[in-house]
Amino acid sequence: MITDALVLSAFLFVIGTFGVLVRRNAIIMFLCIELQLNAVNLTFVAFSQLHGIDGQIFVFFVMTVAAAEAAVGLAIIISIFRHYETVNVDNFKLLRW
Amino acid sequence: MHASLAAILFQGGQEAAGAAHFEPFLPGLIVLLPLLGFVLNGMLALRHAIASAKVVRTGGELDLNEGGRPSTHTLPSLIGPGVMLLAFVITLVNFARMFGAHLEEPVVITYWTWMSTGTFAVDAALQLDQLSMIMMLIVTGVGFLIHVFSVGYMKDDSGYPRYFAYLNLFIFFMLVLVMGASYPLMFVGWEGVGLCSYLLIGFWFSDREKADAGKKAFIVNRIGDLGFLVAMFFLFTTFGTLDFVPIFAGAEGALVYGGGLVTAITLFFFLGAAGKSAQLPLYVWLPDAMAGPTPVSALIHAATMVTAGVYLVARSSVLFALAPVASATVAGVGVLTALFAATIALKQNDIKKVLAYSTVSQLGYMFVGVGVGAYSAGIFHLMTHAFFKALLFLGAGAVIHSMHVAYHSTHSHEDAQDMRNMGGLKKHMPITWATMWIATVAIAGIWPFAGFFSKDEIIWQTAAFGGAANAPYPALYMMFWLIALAAALLTAFYMTRMMVMTFHGENRTGAEEEKALQEAPPVMWAPLAALAVLATVGGWVNVSEHLRETLLGLGPLTSGWLHEWLHPITEQAEHIQEVNLGALAEASPIGGGEVVWAVLSGLAALAVVAASFRFVGAQKVVPASEDVEPTGFAKVLYNKWYVDEFYDRIIVQPLLATSRFCWKVIDAGIIDGFVNGVGWTARGVGFVISMFQTGTLNTYAFIITVGVLVILGVSIF
Repeated sequence: MITDALVLSAFLFVIGTFGVLVRRNAIIMFLCIELQLNAVNLTFVAFSQLHGIDGQIFVFFVMTVAAAEAAVGLAIIISIFRHYETVNVDNFKLLRW
Repeated sequence: MHASLAAILFQGGQEAAGAAHFEPFLPGLIVLLPLLGFVLNGMLALRHAIASAKVVRTGGELDLNEGGRPSTHTLPSLIGPGVMLLAFVITLVNFARMFGAHLEEPVVITYWTWMSTGTFAVDAALQLDQLSMIMMLIVTGVGFLIHVFSVGYMKDDSGYPRYFAYLNLFIFFMLVLVMGASYPLMFVGWEGVGLCSYLLIGFWFSDREKADAGKKAFIVNRIGDLGFLVAMFFLFTTFGTLDFVPIFAGAEGALVYGGGLVTAITLFFFLGAAGKSAQLPLYVWLPDAMAGPTPVSALIHAATMVTAGVYLVARSSVLFALAPVASATVAGVGVLTALFAATIALKQNDIKKVLAYSTVSQLGYMFVGVGVGAYSAGIFHLMTHAFFKALLFLGAGAVIHSMHVAYHSTHSHEDAQDMRNMGGLKKHMPITWATMWIATVAIAGIWPFAGFFSKDEIIWQTAAFGGAANAPYPALYMMFWLIALAAALLTAFYMTRMMVMTFHGENRTGAEEEKALQEAPPVMWAPLAALAVLATVGGWVNVSEHLRETLLGLGPLTSGWLHEWLHPITEQAEHIQEVNLGALAEASPIGGGEVVWAVLSGLAALAVVAASFRFVGAQKVVPASEDVEPTGFAKVLYNKWYVDEFYDRIIVQPLLATSRFCWKVIDAGIIDGFVNGVGWTARGVGFVISMFQTGTLNTYAFIITVGVLVILGVSIF
């Protein structure tokens, strides 16, 4: 039972990571990051079967932070889109020397 | 500063120990007056310099000859010699009081504590005793005459106020040197006079050669100063104090006669003395020092500063008496210097160079005197030398002044100091001629002039010391004695040569120029006359007992007066000497007593003067522009034994090469290379690493992922 849940969350996490690495659309990358977060959430919930309620409480924290992150991230993406009229990250090379 | 200025000036300090009968009269003022003169003249000089700079800046024509201006000429003329006259008068008052007081112990006047660290303290204190009194009289008296002479000599110089400022400052430091009651205070004066010497040698600093001569004097003196410092350190570790009175009182208890410590102390002191007093091997700066104005040569490089080394040895007589090896070194170096410098003087053509080497030679005699334990004889020769050598230099100054005016009148660029361009000046400058002849016979050692008594006493004391019952190296001292006699004859020769070339024979200045030659103004010849009187009678203050018996008609007043006067200073050293060496000899190693040899050397000097007069007079001297290079041995003497070249090769060039190596290879190469290398490495590494910073989000994400995987991998396996 717990093994199935862990395998599923591992699959989800790898898909998320892969998406962040290969996709260029900022929205998709953002969705993939959410996927990673939720894969981790699934792991927490699965382990709470063995180690008590702590894992489930942690999930709430993660969801709170993810919500805040989504708000800030989307705001940044929107302001970038307004400026460049694109959300393809290949066009943004500001984070360099 | 605990004592107020008023207290220094008018109360004679806080304490006056041992002044039972002798009450010092304003001793602080003697020192402060020249300092005051320096401040006032210095302000005038600064004002003059600022005004000149303003003229240049605004593009106006700079009038270099501002001699007529009251602020740049009249005021310094009054202040400079004025403070000297006042200081001399106060010194005379003190001398008169001390004369009547029969002072046994030195009077130390403490003003305030200069520095105090732990158990060590140095007071700003003046010491008045018979030795410092003699030196003060020479410094202020001869100094005053030279200041007066300078008024005439420097009249047309644009740096007139600056000149008197330096001159006053020099006198201040010289007085600190001779009046200071401890070695550190003496060292302050010692360094101060060195500074003033540097400033005045390079007085015409826009001339590269003259500025370099100043630097040479300064640097060579540093070598000697190191010796002075090391000797002070030794003294401090031995005695815990550096004041004269406790050191000399405790010397016999703390130091072993002939021991290594006292020998080291005295040898290091002598290294300092050899630097300051231009002895072998550190004499080379003095002839170059002639680049300064001639009155400076008279004051600093003949009469006062260069004798500071002799004063140092005489002041430390107790220490030197305890160190026979060091004393023998002093006498040996002195006698060798006397001979060596005399040979060089034989072939010099620059009138000031002849006098410079003559000074080195005479300083050698003084060191012979203090080296053979005849401290009063050394000081005696110091005093008479101050008279006749100052006179010779001032006379040379008058001649140069006249020659300079003559060449200036025809816009000729001939050398005004070269004796080959002179000749026959006797009829143009009779007063200078007469006074300089007096000085010449005085330095040549002819009765009854000053040098006869002082030089003869030194020579005789050398023989007497070598023949003492337990004399350490009798053969060595006999050699010293013979060399000293020979050098005395050389002195008579080169001085006569100088006089003949300058004043006698046909004039070689040039037909046009000769008309412009004239006698110096009264302000210049008056000091000459005063010094001529001193050079004539100065020797009579110390006629030795033996001589007095044979030279009839002399009252008891003159019987070794200076020796008696200095007795409280020298008696301890003489006692040490008598205990360890026994009585001095009554006859020379090859027979004959003091009187015989005095008469003999006097007659020999007279004969040499006469022979030299005829010999040089018969020589055909041609003007410098037509002269040819001498050959053979004369060439070696003409080139001063190539000592400067030797030093250049052995010391200066290797030093320069080492410095250049340290600069180019060690500093610029290794040290700078390392420091810059660190910087370049950091920049290079940064440049390479910055390549990874592409700005592409996915690359960053990839690198982060790889990093996480690596860390995970490492932590798991």
